[in-house]
Amino acid sequence: MTQGEPAIRLENVVYEIAGRRVLDGVSLRVGRGEIKAVIGLSGSGKTTLLRCVVGLVRPASGAIYLDGVETARLSEARMTAVRRRVGFVFQGAALFDSMNVFDNVAFGPRQHRRAAEDELRRLAHEKLELVGLRDIDELMPSDLSGGMRKRVGIARALAMEPQVMLFDEPTAGLDPITSRAIENLIARLRAELGMTCLVVSHDVEGLFHFVDRAALLYGGRILAAGRPAELRSSEDALVRQFVTGSVEGPIHVV
Amino acid sequence: MKTAITALGRVTLEGLRWLGEAQLLLQEALGDILRGRVRGRETMQQMAVLGFDSLPIVLLTMLSVGMVLALNTARQLAGIGLSEYMGGLVAVSVAREAGPVLTAVVVAARVGSAIAAELGSMKVTEQVDALRSLAVRPVEYLVVPRLVAGVVMLPVLVMLADATGGLGAYLIGVTQGISPEEFIFSVGRFLTMSDLFGGLAKAAVFGFIIAVVACHVGLRTHGGAEGVGRATTSAVVVSIVLVYLTDYPLTWILLSLTVR
Repeated sequence: MTQGEPAIRLENVVYEIAGRRVLDGVSLRVGRGEIKAVIGLSGSGKTTLLRCVVGLVRPASGAIYLDGVETARLSEARMTAVRRRVGFVFQGAALFDSMNVFDNVAFGPRQHRRAAEDELRRLAHEKLELVGLRDIDELMPSDLSGGMRKRVGIARALAMEPQVMLFDEPTAGLDPITSRAIENLIARLRAELGMTCLVVSHDVEGLFHFVDRAALLYGGRILAAGRPAELRSSEDALVRQFVTGSVEGPIHVV
Repeated sequence: MKTAITALGRVTLEGLRWLGEAQLLLQEALGDILRGRVRGRETMQQMAVLGFDSLPIVLLTMLSVGMVLALNTARQLAGIGLSEYMGGLVAVSVAREAGPVLTAVVVAARVGSAIAAELGSMKVTEQVDALRSLAVRPVEYLVVPRLVAGVVMLPVLVMLADATGGLGAYLIGVTQGISPEEFIFSVGRFLTMSDLFGGLAKAAVFGFIIAVVACHVGLRTHGGAEGVGRATTSAVVVSIVLVYLTDYPLTWILLSLTVR
């Protein structure tokens, strides 16, 4: 583990499903303690990219390094151990619907540590507090609003005390105030806990407020990468169109 | 013609893939069990669910089967003047065949479908991926407890099923003019320990089949709510077919093991 080694490094990752190349040679680096965004159209392979990083799907070719360790070809058992260090926030939260909020958040530590019940309680409350939720221990996921569910999902991932957090569309479908609160939370995770965050989203405006760097995923490849300001002033018509959210330009949606 | 061959090829490939994945699942699950990685809490929970959920319908089925077998057998035996043997004949049929097979069919329908639906909906709502992302292997957390519960609880259910079948036969026997003493004496004379334990061994195998098929089908679910429906149906159909397919060879093996 060298000092210069990024927390996450993808080299030429290719992923295919049903004969379609979703990722067509993606290379990406996320430095330690960096907040990086991957932006792209819906269906551009952003979620697949995140799923490759934690090994929920395996790339057809290419390499993925977490803290310098190649993981794309690790066995599922070895990958399971790696996942303890990586928190994953699903777009739809993916809460366990047969468990209440407390059991959801305490799930990870309960599986992996011999913690007493009151310690689990304390830990779960701490993480829920971090995402701005309290007194909802006994509620079931079906009782929660979309935004609350997403925040419980974040708390559940944080309860594993990971070094790296992966967010799949953390603000999609949320009101602007909750969205901003989640963006602030991600910034705090980095500032206070030194976490590395990889955020995937199509909400360019929201992201550019708080990320260090961003990469544009288009057609299964990284088309451009850099600081938000650099991308904003890009000469590339495609990048400009995406960053400004304009209908006019080389990307035709309808 | 060409499309028919293509379709046949596709079905064959899909079938082989199904079997291959089932083998991998089984390998991982048995590996966990051999290493003692069996979660007590989840396993107890599954045993309770499996036992209690299917108990009423299993008992009802066996009460009815015991009564009907007794009625038919009593009629037949009365014709040749051997009515007093009815209890023994019915007890052997129930212990060796009716108990284990009918219990398995009922459990496949009641619990196999529930397992496939539960794991299937967890799969399509990404809860299985959420488990994996929290560094928990779905096989260890979901499959092993259900597998152990199936293997342990099916014989328990069959014991109760056998007793209920016997009770049903007894009730009909006494109404058909067979005395309680005759009934019990003939059961003691015909029914052997190997009949009883052979039936329980079958039950354990059937429990294994039902749990593996239901978990496997559940975890392979895709395609939303419709997919969950398909998975549920196919778990029941496949496990019942496998129960029937293994029943004959299993009976043959058990019989050849029995020293008479």
